Amino acid sequence: MSQVTKSEPKEALFSKKNIKILKDPLNESNPVTVQVLGICSSLAITVKLEPAIVMGVSVLVVTAFSNLITSMLRNFIPNRIRIIVQLVIVAALVIVVDQILKAYVYDVSKQLSVFVGLIITNCILMGRIEAFALANTPWKAFLDGIGNGAGYAAVLIVVAFIRELLGAGQLYGYQVIPESWYLDNGGWYSNNGLMLLPPMALIVLAVLIWVQRARFRQLIEN
Amino acid sequence: MELVNLFIRSIFIENMIFAFFLGMCSYLAVSKTVKTAMGLGIAVTFTLFVTVPVNFLVDTKLLQPGALAWLDPSLAGYDLSFLSFIIFIAVVAAIVQLLEMIIERFSPSLYNALGIFLPLIAVNCSILGAALFVQERAYKTLSEATVFAVGSGVGWALAIVALAAIRERLKYSHIPAPLRGLGITFIITGLMGMAFMSFMGIKI
Repeated sequence: MSQVTKSEPKEALFSKKNIKILKDPLNESNPVTVQVLGICSSLAITVKLEPAIVMGVSVLVVTAFSNLITSMLRNFIPNRIRIIVQLVIVAALVIVVDQILKAYVYDVSKQLSVFVGLIITNCILMGRIEAFALANTPWKAFLDGIGNGAGYAAVLIVVAFIRELLGAGQLYGYQVIPESWYLDNGGWYSNNGLMLLPPMALIVLAVLIWVQRARFRQLIEN
Repeated sequence: MELVNLFIRSIFIENMIFAFFLGMCSYLAVSKTVKTAMGLGIAVTFTLFVTVPVNFLVDTKLLQPGALAWLDPSLAGYDLSFLSFIIFIAVVAAIVQLLEMIIERFSPSLYNALGIFLPLIAVNCSILGAALFVQERAYKTLSEATVFAVGSGVGWALAIVALAAIRERLKYSHIPAPLRGLGITFIITGLMGMAFMSFMGIKI
């Protein structure tokens, strides 16, 4: 903590370092594909774009604010009970998000079912709080939360985009593939129903990881 | 008979991992060898067996709309269900801590086998997930909730042991470099999930 008091008297809000904190999780240290955090919920709700976007935004909000709050409290939390304090902060935020979703987008909230509650045990939250928020100033922790939430949301949206397009021929609930292409209407096209099934989420994500690691070879595991 | 159906269904058809992807984090992290996978599988099953019935009772006796009526008829108007997330996770965290202490006290050998996994379990999605599923699907009796919990746990353990066994063999195969590690594990889980889907048609 001593280093906080002596160095960096006034750092610009969007200095290079802070921008890096914000941008890194989008690609090189993406929470899902690189840090392997938050897989649980990221796969089950990617059948359609709409719930994926709602879920991504909810997680973004919760990571950003839980990081911010924990970082503000970091000097007051006794080390031995920090896990339960973190859980309480996260759970309180998730309750707020859940109530808001129920009030404004009730249908999506029904589709997400238990997965809103499961944001509490989403490893991204605990992982970023433990690894980052407890050791950094509130503003940096806030940016890190936004970055990681956005990285998670980006993966969710890409997977949902592929699955909804190939599986249902729709995007965000709107028909994209022209009706006349379908076999039923005398065309040549048919939806790939397999894409809508749970295992395909894993395989789409695996291909995503493959592509990312083929481009950024420093991420390859031994 | 209902209960046997529920048990089989929660192991195979509604498997926690392959149908709902719950508990994936530890599933991916601790599936490198069969022995540790087995330890974690047993620990998760045991924790589910204890926490889900407790959460079921908390839900039906305290949180549901009108659940407080057994204390006093005048309390029947309260609906505390919005608190369920925070209460459930608190119950899970407390019970995991308690289990750790009890096991350490009474069975040091079991503690040595499970010890390192117990703290991990508090944030395993499948534990909280099972509690929330019980609430959402409105299981009526305590025995239903318990059977569902044990079935889910056994299904989870089955999945992680199977994956660990495959990953042990995988060490000797040639995998494209970018796919090594995480990527191939996802693909294998996906294929296993498809295999498990063949149970879906079964009506029991």
